[in-house]
Amino acid sequence: MAVYEVKQAKPAPSNNRGLIYWCRQNLFSSIGNSILTLLCLYFLYSVLPPLVNWLLIDATWSGSQQDIVKEGARWIFIIEKFDQFIYGFYPQALHWRPNLVIIITALFIAAMMNFKHVPLKLALMVLYPIISIIFIYGGVFGLEVVDTPKWGGLMLTVIVAAVGIIASFPIGIVLALGRQSHMPIVKTLCVGFIEFVRGVPLITILFMASVVLPLFFHDGIEFDKLLRALIGITLFQAAYIAEVVRGGLQAIPKGQYEAAKSMGLSYWQSMLLIILPQALKISIPNLVGSFISLFKDTTLVLIIGLFDILAMVTLTNSDPEWLGYEVEGYVFVTFIYWVFCFSMSQYSKSVERRFNTELK
Amino acid sequence: MSSQQAMISMENVNKWYGDFHVLKDVNLTIKKGEKVVICGPSGSGKSTTIRCLNHLEKFQQGNIVINGTELIEDVKVVRHIRSQVGMVFQHFNLFPHLTVLDNLVLAPTWVHKKPRKEAIETAMYYLERVKIANQAKKYPNQLSGGQQQRVAIARCLCINPEIMLFDEPTSALDPEMVSEVLDVMIELANEGITMVCVTHEMGFAKKVADRVIFMDQGQIIEENDPETFFEQPESDRLQLFLDQILSH
Repeated sequence: MAVYEVKQAKPAPSNNRGLIYWCRQNLFSSIGNSILTLLCLYFLYSVLPPLVNWLLIDATWSGSQQDIVKEGARWIFIIEKFDQFIYGFYPQALHWRPNLVIIITALFIAAMMNFKHVPLKLALMVLYPIISIIFIYGGVFGLEVVDTPKWGGLMLTVIVAAVGIIASFPIGIVLALGRQSHMPIVKTLCVGFIEFVRGVPLITILFMASVVLPLFFHDGIEFDKLLRALIGITLFQAAYIAEVVRGGLQAIPKGQYEAAKSMGLSYWQSMLLIILPQALKISIPNLVGSFISLFKDTTLVLIIGLFDILAMVTLTNSDPEWLGYEVEGYVFVTFIYWVFCFSMSQYSKSVERRFNTELK
Repeated sequence: MSSQQAMISMENVNKWYGDFHVLKDVNLTIKKGEKVVICGPSGSGKSTTIRCLNHLEKFQQGNIVINGTELIEDVKVVRHIRSQVGMVFQHFNLFPHLTVLDNLVLAPTWVHKKPRKEAIETAMYYLERVKIANQAKKYPNQLSGGQQQRVAIARCLCINPEIMLFDEPTSALDPEMVSEVLDVMIELANEGITMVCVTHEMGFAKKVADRVIFMDQGQIIEENDPETFFEQPESDRLQLFLDQILSH
């Protein structure tokens, strides 16, 4: 017969849940940690309240300049100049056209995500940019032409970034593949291009596009300044994409190339079906990083006389009726840039999760 | 007559990596339906030999004829040969971004231009054969090593190959999974497909092989039917090799 011994009762488990326990574990686990926690709290205490006061509580949200009595941010400046920040010098009566393009873009993205039919998707991919250009530039179907010097503000920033990102992506992939090619001429050209572009600041390329390039053409042949900037930015970005994609390609095990080859797939089939889907998936974080930095770099177009959102803020600040509103303007621009960049990085995370077949 | 029946013929094949002479005058003729096992110490050139057969490795001298087509450096010829030769790798090399089913459907639809529906039917038939049809919708990394290797074998079978090459198919597997893969291979062998298999599974060689080949330092040292090969090895080197791998 088994003999059971009576065990001594154990002490009740110490509280390991709740706010106090969490604070003790995470904020005050050691002396050093406690000091850092207190320093951070002090920092937040001294920075946050005045900031919130300035941004929100003491801010002026409506009325005219004469009505300003409070000390905080005078957002009436942003409200007054909002249209210029967003559309630049685009004629006010035609603002519906860029707005319509935003709606078309949303529909296009929704369609790309939901349609399964590949030829239809390809058709949309060709149609979408054409329709967008028609609406923004005009010139056909009785739409009034709005020349590129009138484009500006956030609209210009987004156009430059979107064209740069979309156009550079395929070029970058081709350059990356070219760099790995066994054909010496292709390889040399690709390496030469990538290394040259990466060795030069974007600002130089923009200068070259706007000042040097016209020297090669006869007088009278005038190529649109924005178009030149777009070509410059696209080529610049393509070199960076190429390096990011190369990293992805190098991470694919040799066995994948061999398996694809051994099945009789052609070079392009094995790249498009096997290697690139995997390489691009690995590269998503770096690709998005490079897109985000391009988005911020678009502001350099101001040095060749294009007015992106930052340039519009600077410009509206020289309006004699609205002097001294720089801080509000720049805070607003900061916020806009942050919203765009943060959205891109969040989107990249969701894309990464969607494509993750390793652990699903 | 006999040369017409040859599915694979290698004549005086030589290969160098830089100064290193990997394959030295390799001569090998394999008839249709023959099962050949190649063994030998590591670095003996056995994997290189079978990788030459589907041009994953180039060779500098000699010639190779696969099912009547001479292997030359021409994209079309190489693709034509590869479309008749299936290869199973040590590390499976399944495509991790595609489901098991899509792994199998890929080559038939893109290389052999079959309609997708037909390719899926074939794929399911072979998945059934390797006893893994219920995993068709999963991704390769959700399967065990043995399962992955069986998928890899099914993937090769989907292109209806004349020849199957196996490059140490069980070396990367956990011991308990070796037999499930070998069982599939034995079944396959009984159906009359031409098989060339680099392996150290001597039990498999005894059971299945029509001929066993021993390679060392880039040369074929000895070839014989399995019984003679294992019971009365002619060369000292083979005797030594067999002692080493069978002793434990």
